[in-house]
Formats: sequence, C-alpha cells, structure tokens
Amino acid sequence: MPRYMLLIHAPAEGFSRPEMSDRWFSYTQALQDAGVLVAGNALQPGETATTLKVRAGETVISDGPFAETKELLAGYYLLDVADLDAALAWAAKMPQIDTNTVEVRPVVVYSQATA
Amino acid sequence: MSDASTAAAEAAFRRERTAVLATLIRQLGDFQLAEDALQDAFAAAIVDWARNGVPDRPGAWITVTARRRAIDRLRRDRGLADRVERLRVLAEREAGAADEPEPADRLRLMFTCCHPALALEARVALTLRMLGGLATEEIARAFLVSDTAMYQRLVRAKRKIALARIPYRVPPDEDLPERLGGVLAVLYLIFNEGWSASGGERLVRGELCDEAIRLARMLQRLMPDESEVAGLLALMLLHDARRAARVDARGALVLLADQDRTRWDRGRIREGERLLEAALSRGVAGPYQLQAAIAAVHATAPSVEDTDFAQIADLYGVLAQVAPSPVVEVNRAVATGRAHGPAAGLDALAPVLAGGALDAYAPLHAAHADLLERAGDRAGAAAAWARAAACADNAVARSELERRAMALKSRGTCAPPRPSARRGRCR
Repeated sequence: MPRYMLLIHAPAEGFSRPEMSDRWFSYTQALQDAGVLVAGNALQPGETATTLKVRAGETVISDGPFAETKELLAGYYLLDVADLDAALAWAAKMPQIDTNTVEVRPVVVYSQATA
Repeated sequence: MSDASTAAAEAAFRRERTAVLATLIRQLGDFQLAEDALQDAFAAAIVDWARNGVPDRPGAWITVTARRRAIDRLRRDRGLADRVERLRVLAEREAGAADEPEPADRLRLMFTCCHPALALEARVALTLRMLGGLATEEIARAFLVSDTAMYQRLVRAKRKIALARIPYRVPPDEDLPERLGGVLAVLYLIFNEGWSASGGERLVRGELCDEAIRLARMLQRLMPDESEVAGLLALMLLHDARRAARVDARGALVLLADQDRTRWDRGRIREGERLLEAALSRGVAGPYQLQAAIAAVHATAPSVEDTDFAQIADLYGVLAQVAPSPVVEVNRAVATGRAHGPAAGLDALAPVLAGGALDAYAPLHAAHADLLERAGDRAGAAAAWARAAACADNAVARSELERRAMALKSRGTCAPPRPSARRGRCR
C-alpha cells in the first residue's frame, strides 16, 4: 500500500493547545485501530528549531525554522492507505483542522531491487 | 495499404477513442501508458485492416490490441522499477479482461480528470484531452498558451495522478454530490470559456462550446438520474442555440436585444426545454436547472419586449437563495429593471455596486449603464459604459461597450448635471 506523509501546519499564534490533547489522542487511536498508522509525532514550537546546512565544506547552523512563515510545521503522521482519497479523508477528520492546514504528500517507493 | 481502410481506421478511432482509452486506463492503471498503447494500436490497425478488412467489433479489436502493445512496452521498459509486478498484475487481468470497452469507465475517467487534488486549469486541460476530441495543440490555442506549456500541464497532471495515486473510480455516495459538482463546474467552465473567450480577438470559440456540450451529453447518458447534469446540459443547449445570432458578419458582439431570433437554433431550444422539464419534475431544482429555466424564458420569448422579465427576476431570486453570489444579484437587478422599471433595477443594483466585490466586472457596469441610460441619466450612463469597456478583457466586447459610451457623449449635450441622487443610490 502507498504511504502518505500528512504534514500538519499550524498558525504560529496559539500553536500549543493543551486542551486539545484528548482529541489528538483519540484521533491517533482511531488511526491505530484502522491499521493505517505507521508513525506520527507532534513537534515542539518553531522557536525550538535549529537549521543546519553545509556549503562549500562549511557548516552553517542557525536558530529558527527553515522558513519564517505565519504557519509552522507542528507535527506529522505517516499513513499506509489505499489511495489519495483515503489519505485526504483521514486529514479531513483531524482535530483543529478548522485552523490548521494539512499537506498530503505521497512517499517515494523504492522497489526491492534498488533499495 | 488502401486509403479506404485507413479512413475506416481513422473513423473507428475517432468514434471509439474515449471509451477505449477509459477502459485501458483502468486495466493498465496508467494514463500515459494507455495513451501510448492506443497510439500503437492505431498504427497496427492501419496495417492489419488493410490486409484483413475492418473487424466486426472495432472497439474490442482496438482494446485488445492496445492492451497487448502496452504489455510489450512494459517488457521493453527496463528502467521501470515496478515493471515485474505490473506485468504480473496485467497477465492476471489479461486472462479475465473483457474485450469491449465498459461504459462506466468513462465516468471513472471523468471523475479522475476533475479530481479536486488537481489544479483547476489541469482539470480542464485533462478533461478536454482525455475525454474530448481535442488535440493538445488545439487546447493550447483555445486557452492562449503555447503548445509546450499545455503539453507540460498535461504531463504534470498525469504524473500527479500516478504518483499521488488519485483513485480511478466514481466517488462513493457520501462524496458524490460534491465531486459531481466539481465535474459539472469543469464542464461549465469549458463552455463559458468558449462562449465568452476571456482574451484575444475572437468572441466565441465554438469548438469549446461543442466539446462542453458533447461531454455533458456523455455524462447525462451515463448518469440519467442526476437532475443537475441534465440541468447543465439544458443550460448549455439553450445558450448555444443563440450562437449564430450572437456575432455579426464582422465578428462584433450582437446584444440579446438586437439578435435576429429567427437565427436561433429551434432544435437546440426544444432539446434544452425537454431535458429541463424532465429534470424539474424530479424534485428540488439546483442552480444549473434554475439558470436553464431562466435561459428557457429568454429562448422562447418572441422578442425582448415580450419577454417575461418578472418571471426571470423571480427565478434569479430563487437562484440567489440556492447559490448566493453578487453576479446573480446583478442579473436579478437587470431583470427587475426590465420588469418593473429602471428605478427598481437601480435599487436592486445599489447593494452590489456598494459591495465592491465586482468593481472590475464589466457586466456590472454595463448593467448599471443601461439602467442609468433608461432612467435618463446620460452622463452617468456614458461614464458607466466607459467603465464597463475598461473592465472588458475581450477585444470584441470592449469595442461594443466603447461605442455605447461614445454614442451617449456625442449627443449628450442635453445630459442633466451629475445628479447627487446617483451617488446616494450607490452607497
């Protein structure tokens, strides 16, 4: 089955909503019960991010997320589902989807010969 | 190789292409491979049919031949990572696969081409290319982009379908109303792009109107119980019936009021009315049926003066409740102005003008200009016509609107001073 990464982007304002944690827990449980969950995590806020690149042999480390935007990567789920419609249907059921935005990306599949 | 068999092959492929392609895509699970294989089958048909004659069931012959060519292509393509797995699946299917194309596949193809995960412009291009009869170059010309850009748009869309695994199916019942609405929106967009080309010198791109109607007919045959499908087809037919009368010999726009109604296509009008009546008898009317009902009132009126504008205004009122939009309000104001006088029309238009959402919408200013002109405010009307002309992005429509503004200015000496009442109304 194809895998999809569900990248959850949340507004920087009100990033952390502890009162929502029960709903996230039961959503994750539902993914598990359906047998589609491969992995999933919430991320600490953007100010905890560190960005690194190596250019011309020199390592550049900087404070903050990759892109300074109004919406920040807040977490992800990796799902194993039949097709894009199934991935989108799960995304639509997510808590806080009325303020968050979810980017759904198919994961590259390498065949066994090349892996 | 005879010319007759080549012509027979061309005719058969033209007739069967969509149905065969739709079935091949399901069987092969790959848009590009299906298209390439169909091309191979065409080349094979020209040779084979010249030698053995045209087969009894050309559709089946093309489907089977194309499927075998696809397997040949897969065998040769060693770069493909999942080649072995796909060949295994295909070999399994080959055993039980039906030869005749399956009608439901065209429906699957339509829903996949119009999937909301694709950009709207890609949905339009893909629908025209895969389901319609237009070549990539023709679609490029209709939408005023280069052949290369259109080709890339199609390739990108097909790649996304493959990589993101957009499913090839008619959506389940709970998603059907929304997804069908998306399909209808794409077909109507194609029709409207043809009906009022949004750029360039030509007012009507007839080939797009024809394709939209052809596709809507196909959809209506496949989903005969969906009354909004019939509503959309009726709407297109009732508009398109006026095509010949809408542009004069020099290519200039002829307004509805000035059209020669004897040139309207009675056959299309009757067909549209029949479809609409059957659809309306099934229950609550959706937006396309309501718009078709409005178009039917226009299409069956003997003249502008004898048009039942009160009924049209009422229908726009219902439409505004079912599908609220400022554009509908503009049209309701125009009909109200015709039915109950320009002052009533201007009153209905005032909230839209004040709302500002349609500031750059030429028909709003044209409607405003017409109402002001009929109310006797020539200076205000001239300004509104000029504003409409400035907003028009079609050269033919723009020159007509400019002519209207100039006509008022040239004999506008008796125009009253700018009435303060007008500003009051527009607030």
